[in-house]
Amino acid sequence: MKIREIETLLDAKLLCGEDKRDMEVYSACACDMMSDVLAFVKEQSVLLTGLVNPQVVRTAEMMDMRCIVFVRGKMPDESVVAMAREKDIVVLASPYRMYNASGILYEHGLKEAGRSE
Amino acid sequence: MTTEPVRLHYTINGGDLLSAGEASADMKRALKQLGYPSDVIRNAAIAMYEGELNMVIHAGGGEADVEISRDAVRITLTDRGPGIPDVELAMREGYTTAPDSVRLLGFGAGMGLPNMKKYADELSIDTRPGEGTTVRATVFNREA
Repeated sequence: MKIREIETLLDAKLLCGEDKRDMEVYSACACDMMSDVLAFVKEQSVLLTGLVNPQVVRTAEMMDMRCIVFVRGKMPDESVVAMAREKDIVVLASPYRMYNASGILYEHGLKEAGRSE
Repeated sequence: MTTEPVRLHYTINGGDLLSAGEASADMKRALKQLGYPSDVIRNAAIAMYEGELNMVIHAGGGEADVEISRDAVRITLTDRGPGIPDVELAMREGYTTAPDSVRLLGFGAGMGLPNMKKYADELSIDTRPGEGTTVRATVFNREA
């Protein structure tokens, strides 16, 4: 799935990464516990979360994720967006809640990559 | 890579959880520049990131030393915090003593040390109550 499709499907606003809209992503995870993101997911490229602090970007960076979707209409500070921009991570903000946002993407073919062991 | 190991040193500021992870991010950049395989880079970066967070959350910061050689990344994290009273318990997934303020940021789920163990090939913890803790994590480069 292209990032621009996620943008459309989730009525999302693109906050940074305009040049990466055509990048393909193949898997996602939805989580508010960054510790769990670090523990259970591998080779994922999209992170859906309701947290909007800088550690979300840091976690995505550590995991080599390409795109963060902030759900429930939450808007991160400009400093958080700037940090993501610097790390070449696309940031989207969607009005959908986590469950719906995940369901919509899953239905359109974006699956989970990792599973807990 | 030359045979001389690359050594990195960081002082981890204990005051600010929001900015924790800068040392891990810098090490990750260094490993990329040195041409390390991406899975080795990620494993080392996550192990160090969890350790860095632990030092900020529990020990008021500390020091991080990284030795990068052709065959392995060796991370040593040293703090002068309260020590870990029961290491076996601390290694258990889900066990946490982190305050709620940490959980609001998405951490403190009792996964810090278990995650370090998961991503490091070798992990050792040397802790003394009231004196501090030294955690050594090694990630091998199997392509070397």
